[in-house]
Amino acid sequence: MKIVVCVKQIPEGSSRLDPGTKRLDRGGEGALNPFDANAVEEALRLRDGADGGEVAVVSMGPAKAQDALRKALAMGADRAVLISEEAAAGSDLVATSYALAKALEREGADLFLFGQQAGDSDGAVLWAAVADRLRVPVVSQAAEITQADGKLTVKRQTEFGYDVIETPLPAVVAVSDAINEPRYPSLKGIMGAKSKPQETLALDEIGVEPERSGEQGSRTEVYALNDPPARGDSRKIEGDGNAAQAVVDFLAEKRLV
Amino acid sequence: MATLVFLEHHGNELSKASLGVLSKAASLGDEDVAGIIAGSDVRTLADEAGKFGAAKVYAADDSQLQAPLPQPRVDVIARLVRDQGFDTVLFANSVLAADIAAGLAARLDAGLNWDLTDIVNEDGRLIGKRPALQDSVYVDVGWTSEPRLALFRSGSFDPNATGGSAEIEDLQVELEDFSTAARMIDQAHEESEGPSIEDAQIIVAGGRGLGGPENFTLVEELAKALGGAVGATRAVVDAGWYPYSTQVGQTGKTVSPKLYIACGISGAIQHKVGMQSSGVIVAINKDANAPIFEFSDLGVVGDVHEVVPKLTELVRQRKGS
Repeated sequence: MKIVVCVKQIPEGSSRLDPGTKRLDRGGEGALNPFDANAVEEALRLRDGADGGEVAVVSMGPAKAQDALRKALAMGADRAVLISEEAAAGSDLVATSYALAKALEREGADLFLFGQQAGDSDGAVLWAAVADRLRVPVVSQAAEITQADGKLTVKRQTEFGYDVIETPLPAVVAVSDAINEPRYPSLKGIMGAKSKPQETLALDEIGVEPERSGEQGSRTEVYALNDPPARGDSRKIEGDGNAAQAVVDFLAEKRLV
Repeated sequence: MATLVFLEHHGNELSKASLGVLSKAASLGDEDVAGIIAGSDVRTLADEAGKFGAAKVYAADDSQLQAPLPQPRVDVIARLVRDQGFDTVLFANSVLAADIAAGLAARLDAGLNWDLTDIVNEDGRLIGKRPALQDSVYVDVGWTSEPRLALFRSGSFDPNATGGSAEIEDLQVELEDFSTAARMIDQAHEESEGPSIEDAQIIVAGGRGLGGPENFTLVEELAKALGGAVGATRAVVDAGWYPYSTQVGQTGKTVSPKLYIACGISGAIQHKVGMQSSGVIVAINKDANAPIFEFSDLGVVGDVHEVVPKLTELVRQRKGS
């Protein structure tokens, strides 16, 4: 089984928006989106449990996204592909899903995995757009994946309880962070990652027309960044013997008891 | 403006969040907001939507739409938007709605803004309000083409019962092969007992910090003293400590009570999205660095096993007096 995991590089530590471009500031150290580590882990588990196969990781982003890809390689993925081009900066869902689908078509796989959301932008929709472009089935919030006879059975969570969905392959699946505990790369894994194939592709190499990428290819825009409405005073107290009384006083003040 | 609102339903009930979006849409300047309901045996629900501001409801009624899966719904809505020329399509966020909205964005090459908490119409230009980066900044977002797609945080708007009635139009359902390839083979949806926590004014919720299922009695006692309901995190529901119907979060209920007391809850994003719009948030957690303190009105850094029983006692005394 060939599995492609789509991953995102996010800024290490806390994120900020650049007031000039109104885009996420992608300076500083890069990290693998923690939710994507769950998808990488699941891909490795499926690969190692089946009759072998390959796990490739694909990302779109600045050259620095290589760091995130290298982390996935250190975890055990076999190969990495980075779609990187200045002109792709500022791509929204429409533009990103178009380019990513082109890259995934070129790659070809039985299963395309995503993490449940981006740790920086909280985006949690990309997979469904990619699946529509690839014209393959999609299942999100997967909490358990089993494979047999070229089909996947996915147990997933919704607001109402558990669903069990069966899908033929190829398919797109977005995993919940409840699905597994991602492994930490071993020293051997980290050393080995350096010699694994890492490819960087420009947009024209995957067949993306310039007008379908970046701001030109996007259908949404950002007008302004504003301060959040004040939440009021937030207080933190130590849980000594008087804490319960302080809570009751606070609730009384708010007329809640 | 020609606005379409996706009306989600579960069982025989329309989702409150999508009715809230419907009411909001009706206030944006479009006289004739339309709704779309897709499912099996949904005609009576279509009638219901008229009472919340829909002038017209399109009903896609087909057994192939029985399971709450996104792709067949993308087919139905994409066709409707093209045929009727809707310029705006609005969704209340849910696991299902997010997947539909994103699929539709790709299908129609339409801009999608998500996680919005509000939308305004400035001389025909729609501007969405989107909290970002742990709500530290509010971003004004827009669209550069039509149709414009938007996903709103669940619970952003209250439904407004206008008591109107909607014209109902049945839709022909034609689905793509790939849209029907995934099949729902089982649904384990617990029916909750008693009133839903979504309607509770006070919620006391417990997380893994309680230490074990037996300690949920601490939470139950406090909830009882306050006259509130009990909530739980995904971690403890997954561990079998408490029923799914009480789960608050991304894959649980979205609640906005007047008071939310989080006991032994770290405040992971999965939980936060389900309770962040609560009126007053009190958190009790022994880890001073727990993210929950970043969005609490009052945080107690302490042991739930000591603070909660004492708090229950004090609340009882106060109510008794």
